[in-house]
Amino acid sequence: MHRLFCSVAALALAVPAMAAEIWVTNEKDDTISVIDVDTLEVTRTIPTGERPRGITFSKDYSRVYICASDSDTVQVMDPDTGAILHDLPSGEDPEQFVLHPNDRHLYIANEDDAVTTVVDTESRTVIAQINVGIEPEGMAVSPDGKVAITTSETTNMAHWIDTETRKLFANTLVDSRPRHAEFTAGGSELWVSAEIGGTISVFDTATQSEKGKIEFAVKGVHPDRVQPVGFEFTDDEKTAFVALGPSNHVAVVNAETLEVEKYILVGRRVWHMAFNEDKSLLFTTNGVSGDVTVIDVAKREPIKSIKVGRFPWGAALRPNS
Amino acid sequence: MRHLSSILAGLALAANAATAEIAVPVVYLKQEVELPPTLSNLTEHPEDLGLAGVAVGLADNLTTGQFMGHAYTLEAISVPVDGDLQGAARAALKSTPFLILDAPAAELQAIADLPEAQNAVLFNTSSADLSLRSAGCRANLLHTLPSNLMRSDALLQFARTKRWDKLALISGTHPDDVSFAEALKRSAAKFGMKIGAEKTWAFDADMRRNAAQEVPLFTQELGKYDLLLLADEIDDFGRYVSFNTWLPRPIAGSEGLVPVAWAPVVEQWGAAQLQSRFQEHSGRHMRSQDYAAWAAIRTIGEAVTRTNQADPQVLRRFILSEKFELAGFKGRPLSYRKWNGQLRQPIPLVTPRALAAQAPLEGYFHQHTELDTLGLDAPESACEAFQ
Repeated sequence: MHRLFCSVAALALAVPAMAAEIWVTNEKDDTISVIDVDTLEVTRTIPTGERPRGITFSKDYSRVYICASDSDTVQVMDPDTGAILHDLPSGEDPEQFVLHPNDRHLYIANEDDAVTTVVDTESRTVIAQINVGIEPEGMAVSPDGKVAITTSETTNMAHWIDTETRKLFANTLVDSRPRHAEFTAGGSELWVSAEIGGTISVFDTATQSEKGKIEFAVKGVHPDRVQPVGFEFTDDEKTAFVALGPSNHVAVVNAETLEVEKYILVGRRVWHMAFNEDKSLLFTTNGVSGDVTVIDVAKREPIKSIKVGRFPWGAALRPNS
Repeated sequence: MRHLSSILAGLALAANAATAEIAVPVVYLKQEVELPPTLSNLTEHPEDLGLAGVAVGLADNLTTGQFMGHAYTLEAISVPVDGDLQGAARAALKSTPFLILDAPAAELQAIADLPEAQNAVLFNTSSADLSLRSAGCRANLLHTLPSNLMRSDALLQFARTKRWDKLALISGTHPDDVSFAEALKRSAAKFGMKIGAEKTWAFDADMRRNAAQEVPLFTQELGKYDLLLLADEIDDFGRYVSFNTWLPRPIAGSEGLVPVAWAPVVEQWGAAQLQSRFQEHSGRHMRSQDYAAWAAIRTIGEAVTRTNQADPQVLRRFILSEKFELAGFKGRPLSYRKWNGQLRQPIPLVTPRALAAQAPLEGYFHQHTELDTLGLDAPESACEAFQ
């Protein structure tokens, strides 16, 4: 009886136009916590497959893709109802993925399998598998859609994939345990974070050569525990916010000088993050403390902690509808 | 001497060296030893202990190597009890300067002292002996297995944090038991704790039948204590002490809460990935010695990747430098102590079902790295070969 009532309530809430939301995957609860951006409260908890990690919406936000790592699948969910529409073949243990600008091809890192899988979300078929290093994790695609990146955690490389031929055309070493990659500066730069190395390497996209490296130092925290993972850029791409894992801080980095301007205290073992629509608020997932820290982007200060499920991992924005 | 070819057969596939620019041959050399008899029949001794770790690490290296033009090859040699280990080592050193060793401490020293080994980089993956990290160290011998003192420091940091300050100790008579018991005593003194009563396990009856009758009386004589330490490294009597002590107190050391280099219950920090790769390869759980062997071949791989060279002295210098860091799935980069060649690493404190804590624990400070609160710090080590 109780269960039924809950799902009816969720449906009723979902129908009217709603505020923007931040969707957070809870790795050890097999759920998504949905945070209302206006009230900063969790409004819904949606069941998923096992060990949900990467999460991203389709361009029109009509579908949400979820890496259900231990179910070995990518789930496609209707964000209005929370119903699973279908599963996509994803290869084993999908951890992170990126949706190509064509809104159709998902590039998926298969952590247990040392491959990157390319899935066509329309035909629901695997169209390519590319051998990469051990424990692929971070995924990025250039704004023009020509280059996809996979980082491999144990091989310590960024693998550069030509999205036309779907073959590797470069492999560049980074520091230990690369976790996340993003293109920036209009696609002319690639940033790769290295968790154990404690750095972000900045590459020139045209030549695949390293043009800079960002180092971090949090006062009172041993350098070993300053472990960059996820990061996001402001709209002007002049500032980056970098999650520093078990140092429990987010760094604010000047993307032009590569200097750290501030460290913001957040929850424990901060993983990933997502902005709200106008990028005035930043939501970080804090794995160990099981909460999300809301950061005021202009003031560069934390303003609230929101309790979510166990081991929150990924975060994605669903804008106002 | 036999070549462990069957275990390695699956790896040949990946070892395609055709286009490689740098060849890195590695030999894994194992001295088989006679296992002491134990009371229980439950203890398993996997035949590929250590080797399975090398094999998984080799696969990691090969994957990176294929992007870098580095080709790793592995030959695994096992020398039977009473076989000629030194001869096998001399032969192996003709084909490579990189030896990953599983042998007792004295044999490791003898190999390190061979004229053929003076330019070599050797890895100790099997001996926790403290003297190898102190006065008995060798400049060409690195240690990926934690010393007994690293393990005992880890355990007693935990006990001290819990304020279980009154300790009692039961030790077996095997040299490994004695050596671990000595480490426990040294750690207790280091952290200002007291081992009140000490007993030696001296039963020769079969404890599977009468532990319930004997152990309460045996432990009654220990008096009052907070934590009972067991030094039973050969897995002989410890399992029978559980729940049979006179006082209701936890046990730790070789049984109960155990400080290890690695255990199947280590799952944080991406460890689950290494565990599943290992399980898939060998069909069993990964143990401390497997981890030490994995870390050894990954050390070679990491150094070759970063330096783009296979010269043993170049690699040794890099491995002992500040630049070297190994992602060892324990939450922080691993590196080598410059004063004795020991791989510094966190020590998981485990029960059979879970990780209870991981040392170094919060509050144990060090001027350079908290990892050096475990085991011999520079001023404590009498090793001079690295200076």
